[in-house]
Amino acid sequence: MSEDDERQQSPPSDLDFVSTKARNCNATGSGSAYPDQVLNNVLENVLHFLTSKRDRNAASLVCKSWYRVEALTRSELLIGNCYAVSPARVTARFARVRALHLKGKPRFADFNLMPPDWGAHFNPWALAMAKAYPWLEKVHLKRMSVTDDDLVTLAELFLGFKELSLVCCDGFGTGGLAIFVNKCRQLKVLDLIDSEVTDDDTDWISCFPEGESHLESLIFDCVECHVNFEALERLVARSPSLKKLRLNRYVSIEQLYRLMIRAPQLTHLGTGSFSPSEIAGQGDQEPDYVNAFAACKSLVCLSGFREIIPDYLPAIYPVCANLTSLNFSYANITAEQLKPIISKCHKLEVFWVLDSICDEGLQAVAVTCKELRELRVFPVDAREDSDGLVSDVGLRAISEGCRKLQSILYFCQQMTNAAVIAMSKNCPDLVVFRLCIMGRRRADHVTGEPMDDGFGAIVMNCKKLTRLAVSGLLTDKAFDYIGRHGKLIRTLSVAFAGDSDIGLKYVLEGCPQLQKLEIRDSPFGDAALRSGLHHYYNMRFLWMSSCSLTRHGCQEIAHAMPHLVVEVIRSADEEEMDTAAEILYMYRSLEGPRTDVPKFVTIL
Amino acid sequence: MESGCSKKLEEEKLELRLGPPGQEHSSWFIKDESLPSFGYFSSLKSNGNQAHKFPPPEDHLVGSVLASPWAKNHQPKPPSSLQSSEKKQTAMPSNCPQKRTAPGPVVGWPPIRSFRKNLAAPSSSKVASETPVGLPHKVANEKKTVVAEPSVKGLFVKINMDGVPIGRKVNLKAYDSYKKLSAAVDELFRGLLAAQRDSSAGGIVNKQEKEKPITGLLDGNGEYTLVYEDNEGDRMLVGDVPWHMFVSTVKRLRVLKSSELSAINLGSSKKGKTVEN
Repeated sequence: MSEDDERQQSPPSDLDFVSTKARNCNATGSGSAYPDQVLNNVLENVLHFLTSKRDRNAASLVCKSWYRVEALTRSELLIGNCYAVSPARVTARFARVRALHLKGKPRFADFNLMPPDWGAHFNPWALAMAKAYPWLEKVHLKRMSVTDDDLVTLAELFLGFKELSLVCCDGFGTGGLAIFVNKCRQLKVLDLIDSEVTDDDTDWISCFPEGESHLESLIFDCVECHVNFEALERLVARSPSLKKLRLNRYVSIEQLYRLMIRAPQLTHLGTGSFSPSEIAGQGDQEPDYVNAFAACKSLVCLSGFREIIPDYLPAIYPVCANLTSLNFSYANITAEQLKPIISKCHKLEVFWVLDSICDEGLQAVAVTCKELRELRVFPVDAREDSDGLVSDVGLRAISEGCRKLQSILYFCQQMTNAAVIAMSKNCPDLVVFRLCIMGRRRADHVTGEPMDDGFGAIVMNCKKLTRLAVSGLLTDKAFDYIGRHGKLIRTLSVAFAGDSDIGLKYVLEGCPQLQKLEIRDSPFGDAALRSGLHHYYNMRFLWMSSCSLTRHGCQEIAHAMPHLVVEVIRSADEEEMDTAAEILYMYRSLEGPRTDVPKFVTIL
Repeated sequence: MESGCSKKLEEEKLELRLGPPGQEHSSWFIKDESLPSFGYFSSLKSNGNQAHKFPPPEDHLVGSVLASPWAKNHQPKPPSSLQSSEKKQTAMPSNCPQKRTAPGPVVGWPPIRSFRKNLAAPSSSKVASETPVGLPHKVANEKKTVVAEPSVKGLFVKINMDGVPIGRKVNLKAYDSYKKLSAAVDELFRGLLAAQRDSSAGGIVNKQEKEKPITGLLDGNGEYTLVYEDNEGDRMLVGDVPWHMFVSTVKRLRVLKSSELSAINLGSSKKGKTVEN
């Protein structure tokens, strides 16, 4: 929500409120209450303009009346851990919430490190919101379990519901979606991103109500089942406000064409499969794809290409010059196929791609994309012993060409300290540096040294760095660097790294802004855990799996810190009384142990 | 069942497995991404006494139960089962490489979400037609779609009704008799069916049509009849076996038009539509 939106929404009704209250106060003549009332009302109007969560949190701490007024006026709630507060507490404090952002499982759950059915159920939130905030318009969930019934609740109990965004969620299916889209008459945004959607055999696209729709964004590229294309085409045709459309891989390029010519106003397009359907088209004439793209004069963000036939790539030439975001991370294309495209993308700021383009492809990116802010290079073959297609060569090239780089995620098989050091010097604006050397504990392939110096240079030279993910062969020295220089780091991911407890101690004692720490398969034990006691209340969570923790060590932490929920999660086969703590997930919470704990979780 | 047990041992020996040989049960850490097995599946090993079973005994592969994708430790097996769900096994994540020089693959490493895997393989037979609901289609994602979801609190099965595009789910543990189930089905679909009739009648609301109760689901006298698909993919009339037996074998429910029942070959292998899992 932009500040402008806030201003337009709030003043009229609240100014009425102010004048009425003031009049009433005068009438009753209660002397000492009067100035407070006026102050509150003025404050309320002023606080409406405060949108940033940090500002609001600060304001609420000034005094009791500021706390109360702030609670009345906060309309957008961001809750980073659904178990840190309960729905009841939230609804008791905040009176008029319009938008809810909620996050559930920790990120490592995405990689199957957490057993299924761990928790993060949206259901209690849905029910609480239904009672307390009937005017709720927007729900944005990340890594939560959402059921079909929850979707029905959203559609039936919130009359003006407008925006639903589900990122990395699961637990629902096309059946629930069907009811949701059918009953949400004011729906503007339905974004399903990287979520797992069960195929209930339901034609949910047909369930959008007839008549003109308010849809502005429809994203369903993660939905792994056919959609009724005719219904989709009719839906797009009757959605004049549609700006964002991301199709799933069951939409062929011929079908994409038909949609594009109906929606030339699109700004964000996910192309679906980008290959022809197997059923032979009628006649030999292929649609003029180039024309379809040329007609989309507002297109700035392009993705999809799920099953790309590279022969069709030239169709996107007309939009390249305007693109700020291009996602080729499903397109297995070569450097030669990339070059004619990327050479036209002068304005590109966000680029996601597969390592199939090799170092040569990255060099081409570096030549043209001077405005690049974010680069993600994913592996075609995500195995430890696959052939490395990109390397330190590509990383160095990017660092030399794309000086404005702020965020990088780079998967490779091997790396050198020199290339990482080069990037630390060439790209001082880096905020996010995530390097994943897929071969575990791999040293610098030229010098044979650990990768300590490379990551050390990153934390030393990139003064704005807030997010770091490390890999390769790393000794405790790397963590010493991180602790000493990573003053702004909020998120740190560690895997197969470090020598001893000292490594973790460096980090816990060193990084004052640390919020989220996720560690796997590293030799850190109970002593290291203890060294963070002073800091755990300032963190959102700590995850440690396959480290050297014992249940006893975790118990100590639980005893020392009553407002921390300390979960020990075990695999199905492990005995309840195992001494080792296979997975530790701990987080601060106002509520104490949660009540929906599955059998494989013990809260200490 | 003896034949079932020896078959299981053989299949276990042939199974591709992660971890040192001789390990009875690999932990879930190196399991594939299938859903955890549920206690009630093991009770399906003794699945005799099914009424209305038309296929001859030799087709009645007991082993097919164990080939269910939700069985514990399930790894890609040589194709042996009736169920088309086996096709799904070929879309396994690439954490079982043929040759490895490094130590065995590790769960969740490299940290790539499952839907970003398997990009090197060219797309196999993809049916990209404009497919209305009900026709066969391929679901190629690695996670299995769940049909029946038992848990401590409920046993949820999907239920679809002829003429209503929206499917629902029912919790069978909430009922203890066919009568109660039938009433629940009426409640679930009555409104949806009326809405469907409204729209197909072009908006002219027939007050008598509106919200007509759905009756006669079990006795063959109503406009609709309740059938179910069991664990072997066979379609059966609801109501013939004792309730607890029904609950232990049902995977999915359907409400079909009674007039079309004779056309359906009840109890034999699937008609037309491929069972998706």
